[in-house]
Amino acid sequence: MTGMRLSLPEASGNARLVDTAFFTVFGIAAVIFVALFILLVVFSIRYRRGTRARRGPLPSLLRREIEIGWTTATTFVAIFIFWWFVGGFTLPPRAAPNQLEIHVVAKQWMWKAEHPDGAREIDALHLPVNTPIRLVMTSEDVIHSFFVPAFRLKQDVLPARSEVLAFTPTRIGDFHLFCAEFCGTQHSRMTGDIVVMTQPDYAGWVRRQPHGDNLVRQGEALFAKFGCGACHAPESQVHAPKLAGLYGTRVTLADGRRLTADDAYLRNAILHPRDGTVAGYAPIMPDYAGVAGPADIDALIAYLKSQSGLKSQSGLKSQSSPKSQSSPKSQSSPQADR
Amino acid sequence: MTDAALPARPVPDYLHHGHTIWSWLSTTDHKRIGILFAVSITLFFTIGAVAIAVVRLELLTPAGDLVSDDTYNKLFTLHGIVMVWFFLVPSIPVTFGNFLLPLMIGAKDLAFPRINLLSWYLYLGGAAFTVATIIAGGVDTGWTFYTPYSTMFSNGAVLTAVAGVIVVGFSSVMTGVNFIATTHMLRAPGMTWFRLPLFVWAMYATSLVMVLATPVLAMTLLLIMAERWFELPIFDPSRGGDPLLFQHLFWFYSHPAVYIMVLPAMGVASEIIACFARRRLFGYAFMVYALIGIAVIGFFVWGHHMFVSGQSPYANVVFSFLSFMVAVPSAIKVFNWTATLYRGSIVFTAPMLYAFSFLGLFTIGGLTGLFLATVPIDIHVTDTYFVVAHFHYIMVGASVSAFFGGLHFWWPKITGRLYPELWARFAAVLMFFGFNLTFFPQFVMGYLGMPRRYHVYPPEFQVYHVLSTGGAALLGGAYLMPLAYLVWSLFYGRRAGANPWEAQGLEWQAPSPPPHDNFLTPPRVGDPYDYHPPEGPAALMDDAA
Amino acid sequence: MTASPFLRPPWDNLNRQHQAVSLGMWIFLVSEILLFAGLFAGYGVYRHLYPASFAKASAQTDIVFGTVNTAILMTSSLSIALAGGLARARLPRLAWYCLLATLVLGAAFLVVKGFEYREDIDKHLFPGPQFALGGTGPALFFSFYWIMTGVHAAHVSGGLAAIARLLIASRNEPAWLSGGGSEEATALYWHLVDVIWIVLYPLLYLNGRTHG
Repeated sequence: MTGMRLSLPEASGNARLVDTAFFTVFGIAAVIFVALFILLVVFSIRYRRGTRARRGPLPSLLRREIEIGWTTATTFVAIFIFWWFVGGFTLPPRAAPNQLEIHVVAKQWMWKAEHPDGAREIDALHLPVNTPIRLVMTSEDVIHSFFVPAFRLKQDVLPARSEVLAFTPTRIGDFHLFCAEFCGTQHSRMTGDIVVMTQPDYAGWVRRQPHGDNLVRQGEALFAKFGCGACHAPESQVHAPKLAGLYGTRVTLADGRRLTADDAYLRNAILHPRDGTVAGYAPIMPDYAGVAGPADIDALIAYLKSQSGLKSQSGLKSQSSPKSQSSPKSQSSPQADR
Repeated sequence: MTDAALPARPVPDYLHHGHTIWSWLSTTDHKRIGILFAVSITLFFTIGAVAIAVVRLELLTPAGDLVSDDTYNKLFTLHGIVMVWFFLVPSIPVTFGNFLLPLMIGAKDLAFPRINLLSWYLYLGGAAFTVATIIAGGVDTGWTFYTPYSTMFSNGAVLTAVAGVIVVGFSSVMTGVNFIATTHMLRAPGMTWFRLPLFVWAMYATSLVMVLATPVLAMTLLLIMAERWFELPIFDPSRGGDPLLFQHLFWFYSHPAVYIMVLPAMGVASEIIACFARRRLFGYAFMVYALIGIAVIGFFVWGHHMFVSGQSPYANVVFSFLSFMVAVPSAIKVFNWTATLYRGSIVFTAPMLYAFSFLGLFTIGGLTGLFLATVPIDIHVTDTYFVVAHFHYIMVGASVSAFFGGLHFWWPKITGRLYPELWARFAAVLMFFGFNLTFFPQFVMGYLGMPRRYHVYPPEFQVYHVLSTGGAALLGGAYLMPLAYLVWSLFYGRRAGANPWEAQGLEWQAPSPPPHDNFLTPPRVGDPYDYHPPEGPAALMDDAA
Repeated sequence: MTASPFLRPPWDNLNRQHQAVSLGMWIFLVSEILLFAGLFAGYGVYRHLYPASFAKASAQTDIVFGTVNTAILMTSSLSIALAGGLARARLPRLAWYCLLATLVLGAAFLVVKGFEYREDIDKHLFPGPQFALGGTGPALFFSFYWIMTGVHAAHVSGGLAAIARLLIASRNEPAWLSGGGSEEATALYWHLVDVIWIVLYPLLYLNGRTHG
């Protein structure tokens, strides 16, 4: 039996806030509980059967006033906690600039991460300290949940959707990564290590990794492999939308809807193109659902972004990414049918 | 209706109104159906308890060395399904509700006695079917059946297990319809709405939730069956379906289901506290409004189970606010129970000890609910042991304490015998300490990050798991004790008489045990909590000495 | 107090029993509506996400069968309402035949639905490998089409069983139809089945045909 742990390190900017909330609510709860406990004990002793305490009825006016009094007080306490900790947290500050964007793919039963310049790791995530991180996460199969207790962060990771988690590690060290949503037989073994290092150490670590192709180059290769260029290349004879410069622009669909060509839109446009044909084009593109896997889609989107002059790691300002929060609604893939 | 002629011999009580097994299996007497349910839910409680005993033993060590991953997952799933749907949801309503609702309002039976019997058969059939398929085939999804795991990936017997749960759901709906119609139509003359005992109000509020929430669960599970059986894409994200839709539908039932479990417990505690504090319940009207308030607001807070699910942050804010609002009526009830003790004449019988335990554990469960309603805290502690501890404090700590409290309080009415007081007090105290030892460490390890449903875990959590398992052993012992001494009292307990506690409810005007038609003479209806002047029950204290 | 043969324990007054049966049925109907509400919510979410696909898929259903069935079911609701009125007007024989007409119409609904299902299967409108329509939206639409109509058909069958039981019970004792509340409860249930269909019909058949 190793040592009993009594405290949890605060290893992200978010952790301090959560702990403040936790221990404030704990204080309020403790006051209420102790007050009730004292009342119970005092009444139990004073008014046990056979004592000579006064037992006449209460004036009914007093009864009503007490009742109204504590109803109001309870409501006030509830609204106070809500206003102080939920109101302040849930609509968070803007996404920090220059975020380090790391793609995470969860599958039964492992975590796969890919860093901006192509370094990859499994069941581990190396992060530079004091650097804004933006995790873009998806699942290959069932729902998982990315949980780092030391960061006080948790986010369910769903298949066919991108969930974003933004935070800044503030402490160097090794921390647990857990899957917190039950995902099958080896759920409890779907864990990993979060290694927070100094920024130079991180840079050194990245350099030492065997460099796979980075996402943009993978995407380019997949673009060729799936034959996307046959229709979408500028020189193609087929009447199909051109993709250079597409990312982040407004698109009008055949059914009149207008939306932004973001990650969620592109994901759906690749998987289920006929749910949202672009105005002026025939619905001739085949579905790539079942052909392109989640990691492939990530790579293709990164490639398309690069074709619009954006770097994958630069972070996108078009979607605010709430800190410690789930992605906004526009991330969900089925939106594209509008 | 009553025969004016003097009875040649005394009217037999309901237990002796027919002696064959068939007379039980075909009975439409609400009291006998209550007994049938009591025996059945005890059976399922035992199955659920054995499953979790193995789980707790396994968790003594960080490595998975007692059972395999797969077996572990099947065991906690069995525990969850059986305890939630086959024990906690039916527990108090189908036993005490069935037995007492007509007695408390001065009726001969429930409005639809044959539907009541059908409800038991559906319950038993559905529950037995589900448990059989779980034991034979195994289900490893957890009781929450989250998609797409349950529909596309799990190899377990999800389809059949779900089918049984749907059938049990119909049983719940029928009980709910029956209770509502009975409360409306069968109150004795003079029994106005604001003279109803709080237990009846609690049954009424619970029935409303059962009738309105259960069908949504039935449909959700039916969609799961359709998806598994016919491979329809309903919740499958790879084919355009939305797994969050499943979670919304599921929690639309399963959050109110918590109130199905705890509202009846509140009713039981109200009866016991008023009786043994010898005091009119403080703020009766507020207690009624709070019950109804909890039942209604409880329908609009389900999204607080989904703060990390990928739901919109704006939805999180709304659900968080509503969750804080549902805390208000719950707190009011706690204050009112405490205030009832003021100027009372308190007798610490076993039922009263259980009621105190209910009060303490419900308060802790409720206060930890504040943490979970606070979005940033919830993001950290959801899906950890913090949540496990929180809902066990409410659903097991509070509800099961109240169940045992009610069992002791009404045992003389149900069986005509008194239980052994000293043993009962000992069991009550042991249960309280065993429970806290089991679940309090889980709050701590939850905050420290121990995820729920983990078969193997990092060694730094072992201390807490060992404490928890030790507490579970005490708790198990405390649950077994009443089984032993209550059975003993059936044969050797002192005869109780109609009203051993000198309580005011109508049920105490009927003989113990009551005859088939409940009352020999029409009951006198008055204030259900008319405990002034506060003379304590004289006889019951002697037994303890 | 005259003892009526339709009085059941625990009631000692036929009028109260009748009221209680009605009240119980109304509460049960609310429960039933919530059962379908789960389906409507799911349908609503996906129609909101895939409006174009839902319109396109919905145009593939057979509007002739659907409309005929709507007419049949509404007529059956009329006949069961007539049965209740006639029973109260002390014309039990006539009431019995009206009830029989309801049974026949309800059965006809199921037969027509059966033909429609066969046609749907021939047209590969059941989601799966053979599914005739591409994309994700249409498969979701037809998932809901099959489940909604299937659950509704199960309710129709339940209603028919209740009507059949009432017909048999009242065959030699037509006064049964006006006493005890069974007829009213059955009629209420049947009306619910009808009302649910009135909602399903536009959701499944008319959507996608409105633009011409």
